[in-house]
Amino acid sequence: MELIFEKSRPGRTAGSIPASDVPETALATLIPAGLLRDGLNLPELAEVDVVRHYTRLARRNFGVDVGFYPLGSCTMKYNPKVNENVARLDGFTGLHPYAPEACAQGNLQLLYELAGYLCEICGMDDFTLQPAAGAHGELTGVMIIKKHFERKGRKRSTILIPDTAHGTNPASVALCGFQVATVRSNAEGGVDIAHLRELMTKDVAGLMLTNPNTLGLFERNIEEVADIVHRKGGLLYCDGANANALVGVTRPGDLGFDIIQLNLHKTFSTPHGCGGPGSGPVGVKRHLAPFLPVPRVVKKGKRYRWSEDFPHSIGRVRAFYGNFNVMVKAYTYIRSLGAAGIRRVSENAVLNANYVMTRLKPHYRLAFDRVCMHECVFTGEKQVQESGVHTTDIAKRLLDYGFHPPTIYFPLVVREAIMIEPTETESKETLDEFCEAMISIAREAKENPEFVKSAPLTTPVKRLDDVQAARKPDVCWTLC
Amino acid sequence: MDYVPHTPDDQKEMMRAIGIESMEALFADIPETYRIKGLLELPAPLAEQEIWEHMSRLAARNRLPGATLAGAGAYHHYIPAVVSHVLARSEFYTAYTPYQAEISQGILQAIYEYQTMITRLTATGVANASMYDGATAMAEAAVLAAKSLGRDRLIMARSVHPEYRKVVKTYAWANGYECVEIPFNAAGQVEGEALWGLLDGRSAAVLVQSPNFFGVIEDIRPLADLAHGQGALLVAGFTDPTSLGILKPAGDAGADFVVGEGQGFGNPMSYGGPYLGILASTDAFMRKIPGRLVGATVDRDGQRGYVLTLQTREQHIRREKATSNICSNEALCMLAAAVYLASLGKNLGRLAALNVWKAHYLKETLSALPGWKPLFTGPVYNEFALACPDAKEANRRLEKAGYTGGYDLAGEYPELAGGILFCATEMLRREDMDNVGSLLK
Repeated sequence: MELIFEKSRPGRTAGSIPASDVPETALATLIPAGLLRDGLNLPELAEVDVVRHYTRLARRNFGVDVGFYPLGSCTMKYNPKVNENVARLDGFTGLHPYAPEACAQGNLQLLYELAGYLCEICGMDDFTLQPAAGAHGELTGVMIIKKHFERKGRKRSTILIPDTAHGTNPASVALCGFQVATVRSNAEGGVDIAHLRELMTKDVAGLMLTNPNTLGLFERNIEEVADIVHRKGGLLYCDGANANALVGVTRPGDLGFDIIQLNLHKTFSTPHGCGGPGSGPVGVKRHLAPFLPVPRVVKKGKRYRWSEDFPHSIGRVRAFYGNFNVMVKAYTYIRSLGAAGIRRVSENAVLNANYVMTRLKPHYRLAFDRVCMHECVFTGEKQVQESGVHTTDIAKRLLDYGFHPPTIYFPLVVREAIMIEPTETESKETLDEFCEAMISIAREAKENPEFVKSAPLTTPVKRLDDVQAARKPDVCWTLC
Repeated sequence: MDYVPHTPDDQKEMMRAIGIESMEALFADIPETYRIKGLLELPAPLAEQEIWEHMSRLAARNRLPGATLAGAGAYHHYIPAVVSHVLARSEFYTAYTPYQAEISQGILQAIYEYQTMITRLTATGVANASMYDGATAMAEAAVLAAKSLGRDRLIMARSVHPEYRKVVKTYAWANGYECVEIPFNAAGQVEGEALWGLLDGRSAAVLVQSPNFFGVIEDIRPLADLAHGQGALLVAGFTDPTSLGILKPAGDAGADFVVGEGQGFGNPMSYGGPYLGILASTDAFMRKIPGRLVGATVDRDGQRGYVLTLQTREQHIRREKATSNICSNEALCMLAAAVYLASLGKNLGRLAALNVWKAHYLKETLSALPGWKPLFTGPVYNEFALACPDAKEANRRLEKAGYTGGYDLAGEYPELAGGILFCATEMLRREDMDNVGSLLK
């Protein structure tokens, strides 16, 4: 398909600019010529051609609305349409962030109440809504940990992270000047308690734990884990990316976590948007609340306002207040579901993952044979050993069956990993179709491995050369 | 309402297949004491009609202004109708990060085109798929500069947006870097002499903004030369991207990094977010910059296609050695910007000119009022700062008349107390500007 630049023709235009109702003073009299640009190289197309271009691009893309999207740890649940409509209300999209507070009471109320709902859901005492994404929330959380120890006059050098952790965890830790020490997983897929005990010293600021972890497994020893960390004065951080397994059933705050980041674009149904915008609120127990970013919404009587009156705050992690429009959708979702609906989310997410696990167990090797939570992890090792078909081939062949593949090659502790997270918004028929496709591919891998390795065959492009893309990077079009 | 399709019969059948008697069995790994017995304390569920009514009432509790006179990092620009229609395509908004390239050519090509448009607008070699916002884009460029050079000092202009400076300070504190400030002069521009005095062998980056917070356009070239003379890098920021339609790009003036806020390209003000961080650099940093990068390649049949590339920069591969932890970014806001730019094309130049004319008219109108005068002498784009007899009273009158007033400088710039920062975009009509003039007399 041609690039938009290749469709450009001089003089064509889609945009129309209104006539000026003020004098059109010569620009060079207002701005020195040396500060003005010469020429603008942007595409020139008529509106019909712009629209066709992007419509054709949309048709070359696959979203949850097109089909099943079982990406582990991403929680690709259905994005409710009423949330989209609500988010487009002028009252929510139209205000400047510096609009007077008296004019923004609806927005301020939404933010205040949302923080309250998240506190209740997570068992935390306070929430910041400032971070723009999960990783941004992690960074904010690690900054809060750093500040906590700074205030105590103690410098701790290290944060512990399990070997199953998402890459954003060690990256966030390193970006706050901490060292990373990796805790091994045990044979059951949980934290190796002996190793944790060995690593947990008074020089360790805390443990960053995803629960359930990236293997889809609940940390059975959570009480002991929390105790080991807290006994040495450390903090227990929860990476809440997998909250879809727990909402309404248990609360991280009750399990002993001091701080958590959530992903509104995962658990709380806001759309992934091809990679954002997301939102990564951070919740804390009371003792860490002074360090939350500013400003924060406070309520006095019936009025809401912004306050920066928190002298020990870590400061700001972004301009303005957070991904407000994303929060509108999450708020709408929570209000739609209510407490009963929230519980149904985790119950059915876990039910669906266990169902898929049960159906696929005879055909693919399971990484850990125990009841999973909202996602299950298989390995493609059986297929590799039997016929040289790798997880990547299985994933590409799934594209031909009309499914988005699960997450592959993550977590790193499982070789040829296949991480499947169906979410709660899929019907039994969809799950059965997916399982049948996976079973069919397992058979194809055995009977006709070369065919599987040639996949995908029915997609707009065939397998792409990643290696060339990295070796000779071409990141912008220079030909026209 | 909820979105779980299962009927009780579906659930029974699935439990039977799994071999469990109840849903409770699924949560056996959670210690009994911590399993919630009933339900959380949250408001009761609502049917769709009820949620619509509730949210409409909540939205109506806000008051939209007749016109906005504030800029200061968020801009009221006209969004062409095509943008919302493209963004409503659920193949885009319900998709994830395009790791499976063969079924994501739509967004991958859109990102590649956007990268291209940004490099052309900023005169740089590479632009990424987005950062969270202009402030974090600046902060991450600063951190990258420090890590690349192994230096620990950031020199930041006081004329950079106050919130951007705060974010840079937070990121600097987290990494153990020092921040020092360069003052502005009577023109409202960075004082070159002062910069020269502050630069040393520990300086990693000089952070400036143009047009700066006061709307004044900086001359980047001499600042870049000074920075480079001491082995430091120049990070040039912007907050209204439409300024790129008319101003010489910082890439042509020696900037190593060009960062900024893309909200003005096709995204509503939305009470502060989601916004769009733009980050671009010279080719020298292609293998180090944070965020997603899309590259062109070919498939097995030799057909052109697009993939996420140079992923070894990123956290999922480099983990604690990554220069950034960014994962999800602002992809859909980037798509809005791309569609906006594709739609306006070269008309972006005329749009930017219209902004200049409107701002000039407002500035002249207000400067003519008794006791009102420009705070700075430097050339401006669509924002400008004026000293006035009583800033609070001025904004009070504007707000009473249903406008969002200008930005009161006293809070963040005590040395400019009494000053207000105004913005006039193409959305501000002459009759409103004349009305504002009368109100403030």
